[in-house]
Amino acid sequence: MTEVIRTAGLTKCYGDTPVVDHLDLEVRGGDLFGFLGPNGSGKTTTIRMLLGLVHPTGGSIELLGQPMPKQAHSALAQVGTLVEGPAFYPAMSGRRNLGMFDAAGANGSRRTRPARIDDALERVGLSHVGRKPVKAYSLGMRQRLGLAAALIRKPKLLVLDEPTNGLDPQGIHEIRSLFVELVQDGTTVFLSSHLLAEIELICTRAAMLANGRLVAQDSMERLLAPTGRLLLDTLDPIEAESVIRSLVHGATVERTGEHLLVSVNGMPPEQVNAALVGAGVRVRELVRQRRTLEDAFLGLTGDSGDAAR
Amino acid sequence: MLRVEMTKMLCRPRTWLTIALLAGLPVVVAIFVKSTGIGPRPGQGPALLSEVLTNGLLFPAAALAMILPIFLPVATAVMAGDTVAGEASMGTLRYLLVRPVSRTRLLVAKLVSVVAFVIASVIVVTAVAYVAGWALFGVQPVSSSISGSTLTTQDIVIRTVVTVSYVAVSMLGLASIALFASTRTDSPLAAALAALAAFITSEVLDLIEATRAIKPYLPTHYWLSFVDLFRNPILWHDVTRGFALQAVYIVLFLGAAWASFSTKDITS
Repeated sequence: MTEVIRTAGLTKCYGDTPVVDHLDLEVRGGDLFGFLGPNGSGKTTTIRMLLGLVHPTGGSIELLGQPMPKQAHSALAQVGTLVEGPAFYPAMSGRRNLGMFDAAGANGSRRTRPARIDDALERVGLSHVGRKPVKAYSLGMRQRLGLAAALIRKPKLLVLDEPTNGLDPQGIHEIRSLFVELVQDGTTVFLSSHLLAEIELICTRAAMLANGRLVAQDSMERLLAPTGRLLLDTLDPIEAESVIRSLVHGATVERTGEHLLVSVNGMPPEQVNAALVGAGVRVRELVRQRRTLEDAFLGLTGDSGDAAR
Repeated sequence: MLRVEMTKMLCRPRTWLTIALLAGLPVVVAIFVKSTGIGPRPGQGPALLSEVLTNGLLFPAAALAMILPIFLPVATAVMAGDTVAGEASMGTLRYLLVRPVSRTRLLVAKLVSVVAFVIASVIVVTAVAYVAGWALFGVQPVSSSISGSTLTTQDIVIRTVVTVSYVAVSMLGLASIALFASTRTDSPLAAALAALAAFITSEVLDLIEATRAIKPYLPTHYWLSFVDLFRNPILWHDVTRGFALQAVYIVLFLGAAWASFSTKDITS
């Protein structure tokens, strides 16, 4: 697999304070990559450095195999972006705005422009949009138009910062499906978000940032690996507890609301279930406990959910 | 990129409103002067205006002398101050740069659009003033210059053309200062204000006696020297000094704007 984004020791300091601290990111072709971190953790600064807007204090960046910001011109031509919310010329229509952005820079062919704009508008569900100026758009429509602007040149890599901001649940669902579709078509999507559930739902890999440092970078499967504990829902909790304690030496059983949270030193769940049923315990549900991304996130960032720096 | 910048400028109602207002002022003055027949006493009031009563052909130059001291510089500073900072405050700057548009290219495109605006407004003012002068005062084939001798129509036309370019270059000096300020802030208002502060400081310093030593280096010092083009023979000294001085300011501040913009972290 080729790497689409690779940073090594990427650092940005404002004064003496590092905002991004020796970051080694690795995004592979075909990833739907989630980039997570609390507010102020350095996500946006990292994205701005990836795109050549902010100059790194140290370290290196490769974007689509080209060093940044040295080869910014050829690298960025294949990248679509949404950085910190969409921005447009408010008095112009959406279509006109897309035309303006496409005409800026050397890579947008004039001949194919109208078709590409129509296609991008259709993909984000704005094909019905008329001539009204962008200033009359709703927040959700602006967000969609921003995505359309990122898509006009059919980029190999999409770098998107909070792309579902301001969308209603229906819109969020549509845009998520769009990302999955794009990745199937061979686009790599780098998605920054603080909506953990969103990342958990669609991403294949993720990195977590806290205080400018990378605290985790792995496939979603491994980030969300089972914890080794079992969740048991039963009508006979007291009997169940004694069966388990006699089954495994050193087992622990905790009550969490309706469920029992059971730790059985790695005994497979099917064995536990057989023993319980054999002893006449009425089992309603027995599952391996999985971490949610939120658990992983809070564990790794030291519960500093929204710690502002 | 150039085409994009020009389209953006031409699509803004503000551009046209500004030019209309610039052209409107001399027309209002012309109507008053004509209807009352009272010209300013020679040596007072806007330059050349007293001569206009005898020949409308001098009115374009008089009109430029009216808008040059305040109106045109303010409009230029606002336009040029808005270039980069305006994009930054709208958030469109980052999207242009990641298109990608190189920073140098963006700056050049912005500069060209400002130049186009200045030249367009000077030409529109000149044209409107010509029509107003012709309609209200009539055009004599031979006219008196400020120096009292006569100028042919051809003379006046050539001198007006030189005047238009002189005024445009004078405005470019100020526009360069505004462009530089525009790269240093994300607020178009702050950038325009910075350029206007430079303009007003220069004007005030130019008024007092104590600054005699630095006067020839003040950016606004030679602005009105184009009036010398309407003397006979032309007094070239101040006009050439004016051209040279503006060139220095333009190179200096455009260089600073480029250096500042190309190394800047875009956080807007």
